[in-house]
Amino acid sequence: MIRWLIGAIGLSIVASSAFAADPIDIRVGYLGQAGIKSKLSLVEQPSENDGIAGARLAIEDNNTTGKFLNQRFFLEEIRLKDGEDVAKAAMALADRNGIIIADLPADALLKAADALRDRKTVLLNAGAIDDRLREQDCRANVIHVAPTRSMLADALAQYLVWKQWKRWLLVVGSHEPDKLYADALRRAATRFGAKIVQERVFEDTGGARRTDSGVTLIQRQMPVFTQAAPAYDVLVAADESEVFASYLPYRTWDPRPIAGSAGLVPTSWDAAHDQWGAIQIQNRFVKLNSRRMTARDMQAWTAARMIGEATSRTNSGDPKSVFDFLKRPDFSVAAFKGQRLTLRDWNLQLRQPILLVDGRMIVSVSPQEGFLHQYSELDTLGVDRPETKCKLN
Amino acid sequence: MWRRCLLSGMAVWLAATSPALAFVAYVSNEKSNTVSVIDTDKWAVTHTIKVGQRPRGIEFTKNGKFVMVAVGDDDKIEVIDTATHQVVDSLPSGPDPELFTQDAAGKLLYVANENDNTVTIIDLEKRVRLGDIQVGVEPEGMALSPDGKILINTSETTNMAHFIDTATREIVANVLVDARPRYAEFKRDSSELWVSSEIGGTVSILDPAKRTITGKIEFNIPGLRREAIQPVGIAITKDGKTGFIALGPANRVAVVDATTHKVTKYLLVGQRVWHMAFTPDEKYLLVTNGVSNDVSVIDVPAQKVIKTIQVGELPWGITFAQP
Repeated sequence: MIRWLIGAIGLSIVASSAFAADPIDIRVGYLGQAGIKSKLSLVEQPSENDGIAGARLAIEDNNTTGKFLNQRFFLEEIRLKDGEDVAKAAMALADRNGIIIADLPADALLKAADALRDRKTVLLNAGAIDDRLREQDCRANVIHVAPTRSMLADALAQYLVWKQWKRWLLVVGSHEPDKLYADALRRAATRFGAKIVQERVFEDTGGARRTDSGVTLIQRQMPVFTQAAPAYDVLVAADESEVFASYLPYRTWDPRPIAGSAGLVPTSWDAAHDQWGAIQIQNRFVKLNSRRMTARDMQAWTAARMIGEATSRTNSGDPKSVFDFLKRPDFSVAAFKGQRLTLRDWNLQLRQPILLVDGRMIVSVSPQEGFLHQYSELDTLGVDRPETKCKLN
Repeated sequence: MWRRCLLSGMAVWLAATSPALAFVAYVSNEKSNTVSVIDTDKWAVTHTIKVGQRPRGIEFTKNGKFVMVAVGDDDKIEVIDTATHQVVDSLPSGPDPELFTQDAAGKLLYVANENDNTVTIIDLEKRVRLGDIQVGVEPEGMALSPDGKILINTSETTNMAHFIDTATREIVANVLVDARPRYAEFKRDSSELWVSSEIGGTVSILDPAKRTITGKIEFNIPGLRREAIQPVGIAITKDGKTGFIALGPANRVAVVDATTHKVTKYLLVGQRVWHMAFTPDEKYLLVTNGVSNDVSVIDVPAQKVIKTIQVGELPWGITFAQP
């Protein structure tokens, strides 16, 4: 809070010398969950500020631009603890902030959106990748900045098919998100001409992610688990729950590459991405947050930048004009992806290229060359207009 | 003196024997960390000069003796002696210099520093930094008005053209343009300022006196998706009648009627076309093709691509000495 005040004072000094009029204040809320989901790899362990760190950078960027436009941006964060009422928190945040960036699981996001529906507060979904939020459960007051599972799966499938790795061994975790990802991968295989030669389920029998003699055991388990598979080109793992996928590379019975939740991973952002001017935002991010930028950080950055783009173009901090601007057919935002990002008008999903990364380098960026579309090649990723179940009202 | 006599003697001899004067172009190769020297008489690379890391912005000094090249990953601008083709000096820019411009006298250099939202002013004679100007996020394009009074800087994430008074070194106006403005170019008579927006896919025409947008150049290439049209480099003929705009991954240079601001023709060049420079006689326009690693030569009066010259990896900037 104190820091927030100092920032405001510093800005007002800059602004007052140049402008006689009162500055326009744009207040953005950030609604997330407390605690982090543990990852198998220690180096991928998310920070406590995963996500909001990106929003903070965008607020800083917006304030740099705002100096020239007499606009000031503020960010207020609420983290929900287990059992806390998301609707109540969303209402409280909306009392003070016109627009809210949300990093919530699907059900919580829907509760927040419905709680804010009558007061017309807009939510920018920077976390949840569930397709249903853009399909049967879509909401007219939610813009989706995070990509969907189907966009991620399609991005991966296009590359695997381009690479002529068309025979997939699909290994699915036993939790609900893993199954949803597997659904998206099956759909992608059908769309782009890959064949799932066999499916296996990796049961989560519980246990710690970190043990003192973990490797020895894993080295015995993984080859056995993957043996006697029909001929395949690539093992595709659906393991959003972080139970087994990262154990697969170099340990399969047959020497095969891994993709999906480990190996070659589709994502909206990676710390290794440096094309299209991205090195500049990577440098700015590291300078501000003393760590590297994750996909969640980038999704939150993009959400907050979209707000800044709208306020600078409309010269207004009014949440309704921000929302109207974002929904205009000519809206686009630059986010270091080599092309403009635009909104799908049928479900308010941000179109975006998807990076394919191996943890150290960017391997490729989808859509792949040759996957054509009559409107935008970005619409070869995810659920397209003719297939949508979304009705916005 | 003796050398100058000899050189001018040679120039006379060249003029007498060859149909056109031979010019020399310097091309920065972003990936291979080299600068290629092109002889326009032979249409071939005659020298390749090793420079620092990630060379991009490149320009001759006003006296034509040196070429300055921004080597962004080394946080400086290197100076190449055109007589020896060696890097002989470096200038203290801010972090990650990309594009720069100099005043008419060749005394001051204005550099866009992408990493810290500043434009740095360098005294070229004393080789010292004179100061910094705070601009928007990710400063990039730089242009000086023909009378030298106004410096334009474009900032890529702020999406503005900043008008900076060169006397007071303060921003006097900011004009919002379309997304990711990358390059700015004045008409010689100061009647117009053109700013290209890479992600927005347009070129904004600004009135430099009123400091407002008066028009936009739009591009529409049948069979090509809109997102692939990404305007970057701009060149306008001295008479202000014709403009050329590099369209990045659209692999084309748009020829624009600079009076009506309508595209009259699209010239197919190499892949991801970046920047461009006229030969001093304006007979040819050379454009760098970032992905196909070559330079296309456009015959300006005929509006045709006549040649392709292989250079280093990922060519980016290009400059000619003014006679």
